[in-house]
Amino acid sequence: MVLKETCKEIMEFNERMEQIMLERVKEIIEEQLNIEGVEITEETRFKEDLDADSLDLYELVDAFQEEYGVEIPPEDLEQITTVGSIIKYLEDKGVEA
Amino acid sequence: MLTGKVALVTGAGRGIGREIALTLAASGATVIVNYNGSRESAEAVVAEIVQNKGNAEAIQCNVSDFTASEVFVKEVLDKYKKVDILVNNAGITRDNLIMRMTENDYDAVLDTNLKGAFNMIRHLSRSFIKQRSGKIINISSVSGVLGNAGQTNYSASKAGLIGLTKSVAREFASRGINVNAVAPGFIDTDMTKDMTEDAKKTLNSMIPMGKMGSTKNIADLVLFLAGEHSDYITGQVICVDGGMCI
Repeated sequence: MVLKETCKEIMEFNERMEQIMLERVKEIIEEQLNIEGVEITEETRFKEDLDADSLDLYELVDAFQEEYGVEIPPEDLEQITTVGSIIKYLEDKGVEA
Repeated sequence: MLTGKVALVTGAGRGIGREIALTLAASGATVIVNYNGSRESAEAVVAEIVQNKGNAEAIQCNVSDFTASEVFVKEVLDKYKKVDILVNNAGITRDNLIMRMTENDYDAVLDTNLKGAFNMIRHLSRSFIKQRSGKIINISSVSGVLGNAGQTNYSASKAGLIGLTKSVAREFASRGINVNAVAPGFIDTDMTKDMTEDAKKTLNSMIPMGKMGSTKNIADLVLFLAGEHSDYITGQVICVDGGMCI
């Protein structure tokens, strides 16, 4: 019973952390792309849905590097196409919310 | 006209660069007077600007060095927070017929004239893109437009600057950054003063206007390209040459 509750707490904690991360990532995207009031979910695609061009993507990556202190080499840019993919990329690099 | 703007002019100790620095400062810009070897001349330029109640600082950097120019740009951005106008003027000549031209002479000219401009634009690109405005002016040459016997290295570097100008203009256009090239013809400077009278005579006969240009002729165009009157002009090569390129 205790174990079950602990698991539940950990899951809730993780979800909260993911939510915090998504919120911060959304803020960075809104700021960099100068957009407001556009719905941004993990599925949102930078190019197709947010109209970002290649310079925008470089700027975004710059901003993420600065915010989270990770290095994102140019060859990794191809895998960063959606909001979810940047969150996953950052998490894989050990970034926590 | 340029009050509040920060301008960085490479190779501004002498010749065309000096005149550009003085002209931009006279219009209100704070000018970073870059030099490599000519420290005294650069300091004299700063002194002249300050005497005329302008703002300027001389900073040494060999712009052909990628790392040194990165440090230079960082120093400028740390201190002045932005660069609005970048004039890539630093240039050298090592003339010779191609049959006799050494590899060193070729490399030195390409490194300063072409790679120097690349280095400066490369290191300032983030700052320009972020501020979503800026004026980049590359000083090319009629040698780059027409070619010139005895200047294969120099004309290759100056033609290269034209390609660089057009490509960067395309990359930065959507961010409100104008990138243009100025191609001076024969201008009365240290670079041309050592020519023999005969050579000058021959030269003048090639210029429809029949005379050499002055550094002021170049600086006046740079001033126009650095200001708001040129906001809708990008990727252009403008010859200031008394008609040589017609």
